[in-house]
Amino acid sequence: MSLDVDIKHRHGTFHLQARFVSQPGVTALFGRSGSGKTTLVNIVGGLIRPDRGRVTVDGQVLVDTDRRLFVPRHRRRIGYVFQDSRLFPHLSVRQNLLYGRWFTSGTGGAVADFDSVVELLGIGALLDRRPDSLSGGEKQRVAIGRALLAHPRLLLMDEPLASLDEARRAEILPYIERLRDKAGVPILYVSHSVAEVARLATTVVILSDGKVTAVGPVLDILPLADASDGGSVLDAVVAHHDEGFQLTTLASVAGELQVPRLSAPAGASVRAYIRARDVMLSLQPPQEISALNVLAGKVAQIVPSGAQADIRLDCNGAVLMARLTNKSVQRLALVPGRPVYAVIKSVSFERS
Amino acid sequence: MTAEEWTAVRLSLLVAVTATAASLPLGVAIAWLLARGRFWGKGLLDTLVHLPLILPPVVTGYLLLILFGRRGPIGEFLDRAFGIVFAFRWTGAVLACAVMGFPLMVRAIRLSIEAVDTRLESAAGTLGAHPLLVFATITLPLCLPGVIAGAILCFAKSMGEFGATITFVSNIPGETQTLPSAIYTLTQIPGGDAGALRLTLISVVISMVALLGSEMLARRLGARRVAT
Repeated sequence: MSLDVDIKHRHGTFHLQARFVSQPGVTALFGRSGSGKTTLVNIVGGLIRPDRGRVTVDGQVLVDTDRRLFVPRHRRRIGYVFQDSRLFPHLSVRQNLLYGRWFTSGTGGAVADFDSVVELLGIGALLDRRPDSLSGGEKQRVAIGRALLAHPRLLLMDEPLASLDEARRAEILPYIERLRDKAGVPILYVSHSVAEVARLATTVVILSDGKVTAVGPVLDILPLADASDGGSVLDAVVAHHDEGFQLTTLASVAGELQVPRLSAPAGASVRAYIRARDVMLSLQPPQEISALNVLAGKVAQIVPSGAQADIRLDCNGAVLMARLTNKSVQRLALVPGRPVYAVIKSVSFERS
Repeated sequence: MTAEEWTAVRLSLLVAVTATAASLPLGVAIAWLLARGRFWGKGLLDTLVHLPLILPPVVTGYLLLILFGRRGPIGEFLDRAFGIVFAFRWTGAVLACAVMGFPLMVRAIRLSIEAVDTRLESAAGTLGAHPLLVFATITLPLCLPGVIAGAILCFAKSMGEFGATITFVSNIPGETQTLPSAIYTLTQIPGGDAGALRLTLISVVISMVALLGSEMLARRLGARRVAT
């Protein structure tokens, strides 16, 4: 599957100009609120007609303003999971799930039979209930199932977790991961959460003020994300557990990391997310400090932003971001190429 | 009750039910256009629909007579092309009642369509439903209480319609003499008071039954919606 977008759209004073090609797997549209993510997804889904441009899925043209071509949303076979689940209030959960089946012949797209989708999303017990009796997390799971059962060739998810609290998010994320790994539907996932993108995405498209500022694999792109909680992603493998101190040692290209005991078995892949503000830099190998994790690297790039600067480090090929004050940058005389030691105060983990 | 009074009651029910049933599909369509449509002349359509509400009923009846009478441009065409005659027939009473009840019906349905979340409709679209099917499976079921309310209003208006009917199709017993016309006639003749009172009571009972029936129906639909 490939999604090819090249559009220009004006809405009031807001200009959206986006061009990107997405790869199989999960493509994350990442950006602050107001950056045009939802508008872009609505254009792909056929809810908005762009002023100019083309949208192509698997070689089929959905929009081409030059050729005056516009495929209406009901003929696009693009599933859409909305932020507000939008379940039909007059239908039961089962009827909601089966709604798309009335209209799409079961050919092509994701092979999704009712029982396996219900099982995948863990909604078997909800089938005879009405949407307004469901919790927010349950509603979103049903909405995902409903979109999936319409046999989409592409699934759009517009901040499906944004309206949920932390616990509900943790409840749904594993289902979306299973979807990515098992259902085989490519997903265009809109989010402004670095943690979500780090955990789910294969490709990241960064959108800022209506323009695509970067496209690429998540490990390369996420460190560039211009977000308040900027950070970096490190792929690692569980090396061993230390039961006495309740710690787990991870191996990554950047070096070893010790973290609070993970439940993942030895050998499992995990993806560590390290926030830029949790990284300190030192010119000497730090001694006698409490932090367990110190990685050696080189300064690759310094991006000033206001009173602070985002330092991009190259740790044996892996990218690590650190956020320092301009004063610290000056005091350490940081310049690209300078060897430094990164002291990592905390790491958050997502199983991948 | 005299046979004539019974005839008037039966005729009124027939006229009101026919007028409501015949105008309901058009009423839903116009309501949908006014609620969701964006087209040139929408304001004009809105005004046209509401006109019978503002005009004196006699004026509406007279306009119907001019347009749909045997010599009227539309009436003559319909007579020649389809053999449909409105003038001085019970069908004319149906037309008059439908026109008079139409604004009330459209208003109620329009409000209930406007209350349906368009985001649900676009969600249905992304699931593959053609706009007409979206309307049939999402919009219509969700605005059904409003459709019922609109139909009841039209029915009630039809039961009580007097001015336009009597102007358009006169007051012919057995053909165009509806309940209000019959009451009016009875009040004009000596000794007709008892009959007028009987018909008035019947009129009150029919109106109340219609209202209660619609309330019960709306409540049942509402209950079905929130049932878990």
